[in-house]
Amino acid sequence: MSADSHQEALGRVDRAHPIRFTFDGRALSGFQGDTLASALLRNGVHLVGRSFKYHRPRGILAAGSEEPNALVTVRRDDARYTPNLRATQVEIYDGLEAHSQNRWPSLAVDFGGINNLLAPFIPAGFYYKTFMWPRGAWNALYEPRIRAAAGLGKSPALADPDRYTNRFAHCDVLVIGAGPSGLAAALAAAGAGARVILCDEQAQLGGSLLAEPAGSHASLLEGVAADDWQARAVATLSRNPRVTLLPRTTAFGYFPHNLVGLNQRLTDHQELPDPESPRERQWQVRAREVLLATGAIERPLVFPGNDRPGIMLAGAARTYVNRYGAVPGSRAVVVTACDEAYRAALDLQRAGVYIALIADIRDRPQGALVQAARAAGLPVQTGTTVVGTTGRLRVTSVDLARTDSHGEVSAEARQTIPCDLLLMSGGYTPTVHLYSQSRSKLSWDDKTQAFIPGEPAERVRAAGACRGVFALQAVLADGAAAGAAAAADAKRFKGVKPIRTAVTGADQAPCASDPPLGTFSGALPQPGGATGSMAFVDWQNDVTTKDLALATREGFSSVEHLKRYTTTGMATDQGKTSNLNALGFVARELDKAIPQVGFTTFRPPYTPVTFASFAGFSRGSLFDPIRCTPTHDWAARNGAVFEDVGLWKRARYFPRRGEDIHASVARECLAARKSCGLFDASTLGKIEVVGRDAVMFMNRMYVNAWASLAVGRCRYGVLLRDDGFVFDDGVVARTAEDRFHVTTTTGGAARVLGLMEDYLQTEWSDLSVWLTSTTEQWAVIAVQGPNSRRVLETLVEGVDLSAQALPHMGVARGRICGVPMMLFRVSFTGELGFEVNVPADFGLAVWEAVYAAGQNYDITPYGTEAMHVLRAEKGYIIVGQETDGTVTPDDVGLGWALGKTKPDFVGKRSLQRPAMSVPDRKQLVGLQTSDPHVVLDEGAQIMQEPNQRAPVRPLGHVTSSYHSALLGRSIALALVSGGRARQGQTLYVPTTGGGDVAVKVTSPVFYDPEGARLNG
Amino acid sequence: MLLIECPYCGERPELEFSHGGQAHIARAQNPSEVSADEWTNFLYMRDNVKGVHAERWRHTHGCGRFFNALRDTMTDHFVGTYKVGEQPPVAAGAQADRKVQS
Repeated sequence: MSADSHQEALGRVDRAHPIRFTFDGRALSGFQGDTLASALLRNGVHLVGRSFKYHRPRGILAAGSEEPNALVTVRRDDARYTPNLRATQVEIYDGLEAHSQNRWPSLAVDFGGINNLLAPFIPAGFYYKTFMWPRGAWNALYEPRIRAAAGLGKSPALADPDRYTNRFAHCDVLVIGAGPSGLAAALAAAGAGARVILCDEQAQLGGSLLAEPAGSHASLLEGVAADDWQARAVATLSRNPRVTLLPRTTAFGYFPHNLVGLNQRLTDHQELPDPESPRERQWQVRAREVLLATGAIERPLVFPGNDRPGIMLAGAARTYVNRYGAVPGSRAVVVTACDEAYRAALDLQRAGVYIALIADIRDRPQGALVQAARAAGLPVQTGTTVVGTTGRLRVTSVDLARTDSHGEVSAEARQTIPCDLLLMSGGYTPTVHLYSQSRSKLSWDDKTQAFIPGEPAERVRAAGACRGVFALQAVLADGAAAGAAAAADAKRFKGVKPIRTAVTGADQAPCASDPPLGTFSGALPQPGGATGSMAFVDWQNDVTTKDLALATREGFSSVEHLKRYTTTGMATDQGKTSNLNALGFVARELDKAIPQVGFTTFRPPYTPVTFASFAGFSRGSLFDPIRCTPTHDWAARNGAVFEDVGLWKRARYFPRRGEDIHASVARECLAARKSCGLFDASTLGKIEVVGRDAVMFMNRMYVNAWASLAVGRCRYGVLLRDDGFVFDDGVVARTAEDRFHVTTTTGGAARVLGLMEDYLQTEWSDLSVWLTSTTEQWAVIAVQGPNSRRVLETLVEGVDLSAQALPHMGVARGRICGVPMMLFRVSFTGELGFEVNVPADFGLAVWEAVYAAGQNYDITPYGTEAMHVLRAEKGYIIVGQETDGTVTPDDVGLGWALGKTKPDFVGKRSLQRPAMSVPDRKQLVGLQTSDPHVVLDEGAQIMQEPNQRAPVRPLGHVTSSYHSALLGRSIALALVSGGRARQGQTLYVPTTGGGDVAVKVTSPVFYDPEGARLNG
Repeated sequence: MLLIECPYCGERPELEFSHGGQAHIARAQNPSEVSADEWTNFLYMRDNVKGVHAERWRHTHGCGRFFNALRDTMTDHFVGTYKVGEQPPVAAGAQADRKVQS
């Protein structure tokens, strides 16, 4: 049969369904079931990218997710635009638009190729030694240029418009990988009655079985052909309701306690994705037992010029031919240290490829596949190494040399063999990434010359090629045994604690009958033992043997340093095709065994995962919950501008008729001082402290002396941490002998309750006290101003509001508008004021009633901005603004609040430290600018002298700063070293606009220092 | 995400808990009588254990209770959890004479 008709009969693609797609604008066609890589190869397209640093022309190296070169961008529209996808994993659909990356203006003619000529000047780590002169050039010249040149693909400029969902699942056995060992394991586990989840990164389940020739009896599994066996296994599993099959699903991370993250891709392979469908689904699977059947990745060989388009892994070429019917060349040379490449050569020959030579690195390969190849007439030459290749956009020939019995290149003449396809195989590296991520140990296996799973740290086991078992029959048996054992363990042991079974238990014994396949790692021998030029170890990061040699010469011997200095293994492929070769090369340089060099940590994700799939629904308005007060909608209707305070939305100001924030705040403040203001204080935390020992508990927690607080009275409470610094504050009311209503700052509510619970549960568990958060149960309506009593009088029942009956800091119970009410006479404005507490469900109705009742008094709703100004005019602090966790009560003028005779309270011991009362501590003061129109920046530093040059130690900083309409000038609060002793001094505050502003240190109380207005 | 066994509620995911620092740091009954060094140790000095570490967790999005746990900081596996005031579970190889002040 001719080559073409051979090709037509090959592969699992559906030739009845042709697919049209574009690559770099060029229209091409493939078939349903093709990946972009297989379709490109079938169309004879080998040049698919330009390498990261040197911009060398690159082709497709592999057939799976380990592909380092063929990174493409797939574009549906400007927002659905994904760079850095591996062409070997992109399933083509009609209309697929794919682009190559990292080249300008085109793949064939790329200006970046000049880097290839500059190669001697840009080895590994060159950037640590350059770009230092002149200094100024870094910002202006070097960095922008490097940024533009760095990276591979371009990221999209629009937000990801697709939906991503999230699912949690539990199962008995999670099998990762659906190749022969995974399928066998899943069948065994499901057969034993376990709930099984089986996932595989590919669209079709079957793994390496999919690369077997169709109907071939060369690989008989249990008496049937490989593809038959695969189809039956999948059918059996699909019929089982306790089995969940997840193709197109990558297990990307292994997390503690057997939590495995899966990324399931749902629509990327579809021409017209259902708009209702999420694009991806992220699974968080908690499995009793995890079974890794992740297979092994073929290792390339390292020799000069090993990166030209047309040079690929032998097993990948076999996959393209057998699975996709895409023959990647017409005239091939195979260079190998592993028997499996002979299988590839045989299959390619059957597909019509001329095999010019099989060059074996080894002296005397004996395996059955070698003999079969010889029997089929393929030319085999042993003891041979590769010393170079030629070809610019496609390989055109390979240079070979013989090696002598010592493995050194002999003096014999070189052979140059023309070819358009060069296949290489250095053996197989077990895929142990997830095993390692589980923090289980890896151990060095001499037979496979690779790291394989060792002692487990979680309930995990491995089966098949990923633990060094390669022969197909042995793989099936291994998978089945592991699956049965996993199912048994899942049934027997509860919980997630790993059972300390020995690794060499019955189901983990290495398979003695496995014939050695042949393996090589490191660089192929070169003439004179030289390192050779452009011998690539890591394709994606352009790391060559010269780079690794340079690193060891410069003294880096730790594998962690070598990795980071040369960047080998640090690209998006995480070194899948490079790690072991890098280790092998470095081991030889350092004259150590590979296991002594060690390996670096494997980290998730195994392959890149779409960022949005981690976000799931937590985007936009669903990113965080929003907490709204009972009057939120009323405020919105009345023009409020909101601000975020933690998760709360609070009205910041209520602008009218085109006012800006300054005009609005000025009006709101003046209205509250002159007549009556209305403010929603519902967000403040409220904690009910109740019990026989409530007073004792409060005395131990807050600084104040609570025993002297009578029922029906409230007091300003201060809460410290045990290190003596202010933690929170708020008005505390004693509503009964054994009951306190404690208020906290808005942002501190949860923290304060947490601190209270900590002491109550773990230190003072003998106290009989209960703590309940009532923050959301009470709406708090503050009515402030000289007319506040008049406004409330008309609405309140059962409470005498007169100054004698309800003095300042009094608490009364009654009703308002028929609704139960707790009424506090308190003020955060310094004016006569009340806070009306009603059950939250009545909050809006009562607010509206108060607003209506206040119309005669020009009642004015004000927001948090006006609230801040009003309290600053009175020198009242706000925790978190005037305090920062390093401020004592005395620093901010609250020393009066401390209970003098209490033996202990939280923070008292620390206040006794001498450092807590030195006179130059930062203390709360007021500042008035010499120019009253200048408003200082909050956070601005305060200096002794003007116009000093850095470095200079500031005296303190501005904590709050506003324009006060009432006083007609700016005011500020500040913490200044020894501030109280500096009253009247002039200090200086640098501004962002340049120049220092002179300020006078004053009392922090700018208005009504006697507090007369509190009495109304 | 760790799976933590709350002694009151059973196995729950880590999301439901807040970490509470090192366990068994007792606050003096009479702090005023404690020396500056002892008080500094109480406030700031903590063990940095490579191995089994006694720590507190609070089931903030559940029962709200504090409890103690022995967790191996290298493997993140819990030897066990125990209520405030109880003795810690003994693991194979752990310091069997670890005693706790209540």
